[in-house]
Amino acid sequence: MSQNAWTDDQPIVSIKDVHKSFGSLEVLKGISMDVMKGEVICIIGPSGSGKSTLIRCVNALNDIQSGSIKVEGQEVNDKDLDKLELRKKVGMVFQQYNLFPHKTALENIMMAPIKVLKQNPADVEKRARELIAKVRLQGKENAYPGELSGGQQQRVAIARSLAMNPDIMLFDEVTAALDPETVKEVLVAIKDLAEDGMTCMLVTHEMGFAKEIADHIYFTDRGVIVEHGPPATFFDKAEDPRTREFLSQIL
Amino acid sequence: MLEAFTEFFRQLADDYPRWNFIFFHEPRQWARIVKGLQHTVVLSIACVLFSVVIGVIGAWMQSSPSVWVRRIVQGYIQFFRNTPPFVQLLFFYFALGQFTPAVTAPDGWTQVPLISNIGWAIISLSFFAGAFNVEIFRSGIEAVPESTQEAASALGFTRLQTYKEIVLPLAFRVSLPALNNNLVNLVKTTTQAIAIAVPELLYQSVSIWSDYPSAQYPTMILLFFSFIFLVGILVFGMSRWERAMRIPGYGG
Repeated sequence: MSQNAWTDDQPIVSIKDVHKSFGSLEVLKGISMDVMKGEVICIIGPSGSGKSTLIRCVNALNDIQSGSIKVEGQEVNDKDLDKLELRKKVGMVFQQYNLFPHKTALENIMMAPIKVLKQNPADVEKRARELIAKVRLQGKENAYPGELSGGQQQRVAIARSLAMNPDIMLFDEVTAALDPETVKEVLVAIKDLAEDGMTCMLVTHEMGFAKEIADHIYFTDRGVIVEHGPPATFFDKAEDPRTREFLSQIL
Repeated sequence: MLEAFTEFFRQLADDYPRWNFIFFHEPRQWARIVKGLQHTVVLSIACVLFSVVIGVIGAWMQSSPSVWVRRIVQGYIQFFRNTPPFVQLLFFYFALGQFTPAVTAPDGWTQVPLISNIGWAIISLSFFAGAFNVEIFRSGIEAVPESTQEAASALGFTRLQTYKEIVLPLAFRVSLPALNNNLVNLVKTTTQAIAIAVPELLYQSVSIWSDYPSAQYPTMILLFFSFIFLVGILVFGMSRWERAMRIPGYGG
């Protein structure tokens, strides 16, 4: 398979001229970006600008009409796509956590490695307990999602995704549904991950966090990338009037 | 003790000729009731199990990407839900029964149909109740948020795994009250197997009151009590199950 040709000096995620429509509504109008291994990128922009759609295309939750998305050299825009292979590489955390309500925190984390990767349950449990500790939820192993706060559920969701040992993590507005006081605990968990060298793509409205954590920031509006750059130049020297307007409203 | 019991009912029949509880004082009639009850129980258990299986598979097929699979399921539901189960029984047994091969009976002499009338009753009633179960499970499945399934899919679950591990367990909990109602109805509908001479409780009861018209009302009362008892067991089991499946912090 040609995807084996990928080496980590090439972009781990390479997006080229991606177009995506929902019916007659074109949401992505030619998006391109490269993400290197270990990089943290943040995608910001007004609602409806296509940010969430873009990262959902990376793990093929949404398909695209044209263009190319390569994850470690594997082409995602391919009708014979091996989705399992892709999803082993790419983890995702959602705005609404989307935990499995009938499983405890620990079971939520253990389920995919056991059912999908067919790993040994005892090993998986050991790792799941470590992940619980990593997201600082010791003592909540046997709690059901309905018994946890939003912030705690979201941290379980992060641990659940990490249990699959992904190379890339996608975060889709993961703090947007949280109470302000629990936002921080989730951001800390993401920051820990980024510091461990995980490649992260985040869609976020937390500008302060983006500034602190991101290696690169992309600003999207109406389906195109208007401007991008490292946080220092992006926040202080934005050139495009749309970016400046957006930042002035939000900061 | 038992002697006093049978004597009481024998005396009752003498004093009030319309109230001949014949099965309480004549062992042969009692044996008929017991046999009928056995058949009703077997029929009920088999139909409950098969109809639930049909419901689960049908609901899974209903979410199939193939339009033809969905149409077949829809056609099945329309047919079995919208026609009388009594006629379905007759049609299955007489019309379809003639196409099934005959096999030699254990006596090595007589030819018997591969599927007996009890077999056809189980098939027919299971498909009948199964059609409702498909709809019941579908409504449960629709109550499972798309986003939960998406999370499973993002973790690499296949469609079947997602259905088995996530959708079904959640949908089941939502569906249980409606399923409960349908299964209660199913147990009562087993009496319609009388149409194809399955020797279940109603069949035996009718036989008894044909032989002994004086036993007609008592036998009807026995029927009522038998079904109150049988359905009671089912409802008790279902509510125990419902309680066991309750998830802390989720739903009602």
